[in-house]
Amino acid sequence: MKQAPLPLPDCRAGAGAGVEIMLTAKYKTGLVFFPAFDWAISPTHPEREERLLYTQDQVIEEGLFDIEGITEFKPDLVTPQDIERVHFCVPDVWGVTTESHLISAGGAKTIGMAVLEEKIEKGFALVRPPGHHAMRMVHGARGFCNINIEAIMIEFLRAEYGIDRVAIVDTDCHHGDGTQDIYWHDPDTLFISIHQDGRTLYPGSGFINETGGPNASGTTVNIPLPPMTSEEGFIHAIKHMVLPILDEFEPDIVINSAGQDNHYTDPITHMNFSAQGYAELTNLLRADIAVLEGGYSIEGALPYVNVGIILAMAGLDYSRVREPRYDPDRIRQTPDITAYIEKLGKKVLEFWGQREKIKSQLRGTKEFVERTRNIFYDTDNIIEKQKETIRVCDDCAGAIRMDSSADRGAHILGLHVPIKACRKCKEVARQWYESGRKDAFDMVFLQDRTEDKYERSER
Amino acid sequence: MIIGLDVGGTHTDVALLGDEGLVREIKVPTDPSDLFHTILTGLEKITEGISPGEIHRAVLSTTLTTNAIVQGKTPPVGMIVSGGPGIDPEHFRTNEHYFPVSGSIDHRGREVEPVDADEVRNAAVTLQKQGIRNVGIVGKFSSRNPDHELKIHDMISTSFGKMFMGHQISGNLNFPRRIATTYLNATVHSIHKNFFEAVKRSLEEKGLSVPIHILKADGGTMSFDSSIDFPGQSILSGPAASVMGAIAFAPDGEDCLVLDIGGTTTDIALLINRVPVLEPMGIRLGKYKTLIRSLKTRSIGIGGDSLIRVKGRELEIGPDRMGPAMAYGGPSPTPTDAFFVLGKGKEGDKARSLQGIASVAAALDMTPEAAATKILDQTCQNILAEAQEMTDRINSKPVYTVHELQEGYQVRPKTILVLGGPAPHFARRLEELSGMRVGVVPRWHVANAIGAALARTTCEVTLFADTQQEIAASPEENFREMVDRHFSKEKAVKKAYELLRKKVLQTGGSTDDLDMEITEALEFNMVQGFHTTGRNIRVKVQVKPGLIYETDAVAEKLLAGI
Repeated sequence: MKQAPLPLPDCRAGAGAGVEIMLTAKYKTGLVFFPAFDWAISPTHPEREERLLYTQDQVIEEGLFDIEGITEFKPDLVTPQDIERVHFCVPDVWGVTTESHLISAGGAKTIGMAVLEEKIEKGFALVRPPGHHAMRMVHGARGFCNINIEAIMIEFLRAEYGIDRVAIVDTDCHHGDGTQDIYWHDPDTLFISIHQDGRTLYPGSGFINETGGPNASGTTVNIPLPPMTSEEGFIHAIKHMVLPILDEFEPDIVINSAGQDNHYTDPITHMNFSAQGYAELTNLLRADIAVLEGGYSIEGALPYVNVGIILAMAGLDYSRVREPRYDPDRIRQTPDITAYIEKLGKKVLEFWGQREKIKSQLRGTKEFVERTRNIFYDTDNIIEKQKETIRVCDDCAGAIRMDSSADRGAHILGLHVPIKACRKCKEVARQWYESGRKDAFDMVFLQDRTEDKYERSER
Repeated sequence: MIIGLDVGGTHTDVALLGDEGLVREIKVPTDPSDLFHTILTGLEKITEGISPGEIHRAVLSTTLTTNAIVQGKTPPVGMIVSGGPGIDPEHFRTNEHYFPVSGSIDHRGREVEPVDADEVRNAAVTLQKQGIRNVGIVGKFSSRNPDHELKIHDMISTSFGKMFMGHQISGNLNFPRRIATTYLNATVHSIHKNFFEAVKRSLEEKGLSVPIHILKADGGTMSFDSSIDFPGQSILSGPAASVMGAIAFAPDGEDCLVLDIGGTTTDIALLINRVPVLEPMGIRLGKYKTLIRSLKTRSIGIGGDSLIRVKGRELEIGPDRMGPAMAYGGPSPTPTDAFFVLGKGKEGDKARSLQGIASVAAALDMTPEAAATKILDQTCQNILAEAQEMTDRINSKPVYTVHELQEGYQVRPKTILVLGGPAPHFARRLEELSGMRVGVVPRWHVANAIGAALARTTCEVTLFADTQQEIAASPEENFREMVDRHFSKEKAVKKAYELLRKKVLQTGGSTDDLDMEITEALEFNMVQGFHTTGRNIRVKVQVKPGLIYETDAVAEKLLAGI
């Protein structure tokens, strides 16, 4: 039976908003939280069931999901097509993914959709496993990653919502070499990676002279910071390198690959960043979407870093968020590091400023530009030999041909037609595809982004 | 025999149930300014001519604490809150006498920063000067380690009356809700205690010495004695009473919607295999989001007396109510008047209904009969749309494992049970529009009182273990034990069941009525530097809401004599 009519219409269980709440998000913020409590690479691997357990405890105990304007979403799953839009999966999508990967990428997709449908202003996909080491060609797992969850989200958003210019700022401690590979030739995607110097950490790449291919020179930006960089250095990199470049690029949307392994307690890196620093970075960057990448100090860092990031995204006060026994003086970077980073910043901007010049140097008079690489899949212990050819093009991002063989035996040809491909590049890719099918490849893939069609033929 | 009593906005319903089924039912008018009188009248009337010895239980669902909170008529209490780093606890301020103090415990229950005794004593001195008697003490992560709450309690316990500690209120995480819940318990304590002691005394004076139980928002009961320590559990029990009254008639093994259609509002609830769906975190009352277990109900502003307006060419029904239907002397047309126009009403002034509906019909440019049909349809459609949205929301609740995401249960109700005054009129149209089976709950006019009478005692136990720290604990149950590295999830579940059994018997349940189940059981290897250092185990068990007798037997008895 109904109880006495109450003066407040909203006081019943399940009633909607409209009542007085003390904490309200300045920006409507959406979260997908998917800790995959039943999935691990192996029982004692850093990428294991326990990874987000204490983060969940902290987020729930702080009551973040109860804050007015913060909403939790259930992740969607990505489809094979969503993955094929980005990757050449060898032998196929099912061969290189588990359900957890489909959900993790799906979580990013859910957030992307919610932002573009304006259900939320900011979104954070707190999902695992991560994805930023997964390149276009996928023979297995590298750096705990099988498929690139940001790229899958971005290409889905391009296909479904027609967004064009995208900026990705990767703040994971490891160079986002997978994302860099996928967008190396795309002039409409600005990829900026801030990471521990590749001379001192996996995957050993991400130097400042890596600035993109002959059609997209400049839209890859690498900021390799020295070990022991702390808050000051990171904030300097954001303020004096990332933000000016973003301003000039004018993206439709900004994505943060929000790795949390720059933390001073992370067991597999050597940086001195903090929860306060991450929150401040988030606040300065103002990304529309953040996607969790690495971060393996699961007790001492992640719970606090994530609370800081969520509060900063929502435009709420994060000044009191800190780790137990946090002491900024103890982790403060040396003056040498400060000076080094200031110099580095000037060089990064110099490269950015000279991107047109670098572009013409890369092209010369060539119609096609080639690069040959060996790619190591550390997680699955695979070595891939890859020859990549791009058609130099002024009208689009250029057709790409990838000739790839892994030591497991498969010899693959992958062909990519960019989303805004010109007729000529489309034709070239078609020809490559047809002639490749007659050659000695085990499999030939065609990614035709113009028609959102993905073909694969097997010998 | 058992008495069930449910205080409603206008009427208080009372039912007397015996072995043969429903023995007697009455309604007495509710006097919101004198609930004591209302309840005593109800209890006296229902027991007239019955020998007191025959009554062994009375379950009361009242609006006492709910109204006191909503109307802000609760006495001042003190709150001492220890948060440590994180969101400023000022944001969670519940009342004037609210004192954040130092101290911090981390997510694994380890002390990070001690409590500052001077701060606590200063707060206590201020509270005493302000004449505060009862105090709530809440720490962040106290449900992992209650040490700081206990320390604060011991520092000041001699200076105050009743004290409530957060870790005793709930085993769940959520610091802001723990603060709100502890505050509500502290602030309604004296109202609740004084009221029911007075009820008990008066009954005893009349020779009616019946054990009193209180209905909770989760559709379960607790004994009056145990409710003294958890008075907050008595808030918002009204919707639960109705749902429990419907349970006996819900189909076995499938999902079912329950619609309690009243004059102003309709409450929607969901049953899965005759067990109501619960709120995942806890109920919300006004600005207070709490950790109080409750049924998931959705209340919408549409009912038999909803005001009907025409805006442009569009019909609007509710959410406000101007008064009763015009057929009963009300000022403006309502869905109930539409029933009169369609020839379904009895004992009212049909001419006035027609007059009201005719004005609506004129604005819509149709006949009064067509307008009445449209009103009925739209009312039903609005209710069904809200029910669908509630179902969708339950189905889109986030889950945290791959298994649950793939195999998670999806609610698909095929049956609707309706109760409440206008329910029988709506039933057929709801069936036609929804394509679901629609049943009117037998004895619907007192189903809520019957529900209260037959609800079993429910409770929940949360236990966690950390074999690296060598502890298993359930702070809420005042349980903490040393364990070795062999302690497992299975052992944790067994221990949790043991604690649950003890708790339910202490709070008014009986051994032949323990429908216990596991609601959560997680076990994680804790790894440091590539070595397993221990296991982190979390277990939750509950006595699920249900009826004290076998459901089919209850249904049969209640149907007898209809």
